[in-house]
Amino acid sequence: MIRFDRVSKRYEPGIDALSDLSFDVAEREMVVVSGHSGAGKSTLLKLIAAVEKPTGGAVLVGGQNVGGLARSALPYLRRRIGLVFQDQKLLFNRTVFENVMLPLSIAGFPARDAAQRVRAALDKVGLATREKALPVMLSGGEQQRLAIARAVVNRPNLLLADEPTAHLDSETAADVARIFQEFHHVGVTVLIATYAGDLFPGARRLGLNHGKLLP
Amino acid sequence: MKIWLAQHREAALLALRRLAAAPVNSLLSLLAIGIALALPAGGQMLLANALHLAGTISAVPQISIFMAANADPRATTEIESRLDKYGGVKQVQFMARDKTLARMKTNPGLRDVIEALPGNPFPDAFVVTATDERPEAMEKLAVEFRQWPVVEHVQLDSAWVRRLDALLKLGRTAVLLLGALLGAGLIAISFNIIRMQVLTHRAEIEVSQLLGATDAFIQRPFLYYGVLLGLGGGLVAWLLVGAAALWLRTPLSELVRLYDLTVALQSLDARDSALLLGFAGGLGWVGAMISLRQHLRSR
Repeated sequence: MIRFDRVSKRYEPGIDALSDLSFDVAEREMVVVSGHSGAGKSTLLKLIAAVEKPTGGAVLVGGQNVGGLARSALPYLRRRIGLVFQDQKLLFNRTVFENVMLPLSIAGFPARDAAQRVRAALDKVGLATREKALPVMLSGGEQQRLAIARAVVNRPNLLLADEPTAHLDSETAADVARIFQEFHHVGVTVLIATYAGDLFPGARRLGLNHGKLLP
Repeated sequence: MKIWLAQHREAALLALRRLAAAPVNSLLSLLAIGIALALPAGGQMLLANALHLAGTISAVPQISIFMAANADPRATTEIESRLDKYGGVKQVQFMARDKTLARMKTNPGLRDVIEALPGNPFPDAFVVTATDERPEAMEKLAVEFRQWPVVEHVQLDSAWVRRLDALLKLGRTAVLLLGALLGAGLIAISFNIIRMQVLTHRAEIEVSQLLGATDAFIQRPFLYYGVLLGLGGGLVAWLLVGAAALWLRTPLSELVRLYDLTVALQSLDARDSALLLGFAGGLGWVGAMISLRQHLRSR
């Protein structure tokens, strides 16, 4: 599903965010990438979603070298990937329903089918009753669940999450982690960058330290 | 196709909602665009009216032959029969001095002046249409007529027709120039307004890109916004020009009546109105497109 082949990413001369990284993630696998702050976890996810381009090596997603994709091809790659951002990137002037609807509008789903999918996704993360609320009216845990609903509403076969349990209390964090486990159990490939790897038992661990993979 | 149309409808509605969300800002922007467009549109309206007026006066160049005031009626008859047989003369119209006086008295601006005169100041006259309307041929005829006895004055009407034509051409060029300049201004206004809109919605643009939105999807509501701004500004300009035409109609009618003419100032016709709105909407789109291209390329 994902292959990192001697991938490096350098933002500034002499400072490597990632260095000579090689690993594979199989289809339907759940992988947790852990490491201290600044280890390169977020950069790794950004390379998969082609938000950043590697400075060396190749990142393959579904056999496709995403670093070499033309700008016009990027949207179609991203539609196949569910993304949960560290800062959630919710649209605070839109309702919960509209936030989750956005990926479907972008993909050109017919309105009626899209509405059904949005409600199903909100139901899955326990926000079915909050669809008319604005994100600012939600708790931190609910906002995180909303971000997950938006990431999965397109039914992607790959789900990437960057610190999805950060800033959450332990109970809420466990709740959010359980949602990811459920998606993994229905066949979605899940890759989570987190400092709290213990919340995801059964997931394969990849450790990062200063941009290098730990043995 | 259905999905494509639905996405366009969504984008247009979103643009409308954004316009309505800041009514004062939107209104001021529309006014700025409208006033900028009203100048060339008003110029075009005046030009169209002037063209119409020129068309009603006479498009065919003529030569007016004025007889001496004391000319013998027999001499006048002789000139008329000479003109009828003269080669190069297509048509001759006799204007008897009594009839000219009576016609001038019907002009309210001239009546008082004419009645104050002791007698009839007008001579008998002939209006000649030539077979060859080229200026040099007309001039040659005029020179020949001037040498005839009892002919006091010969006036070549083609000269003022040419002057009017040149003036109208100048007016047309001025309107085009003004239109081009203020059109560029409209693009600049639209560019800046859309740039502000893009900055306001940059979080939304970033999220949409990360969720797989194409450039076309991101641009669409902003392009509709630009078109709506242009169309709205065009509508404001159309209303301003219409109001000006209504306001100027009476004083202008009174003015041209002094020159023995009749004109009712007309606002922009359907063709010019459609052109104004299309031009305004198009320029709004161009300004928005340049602004969006610049933003998306910088990312």
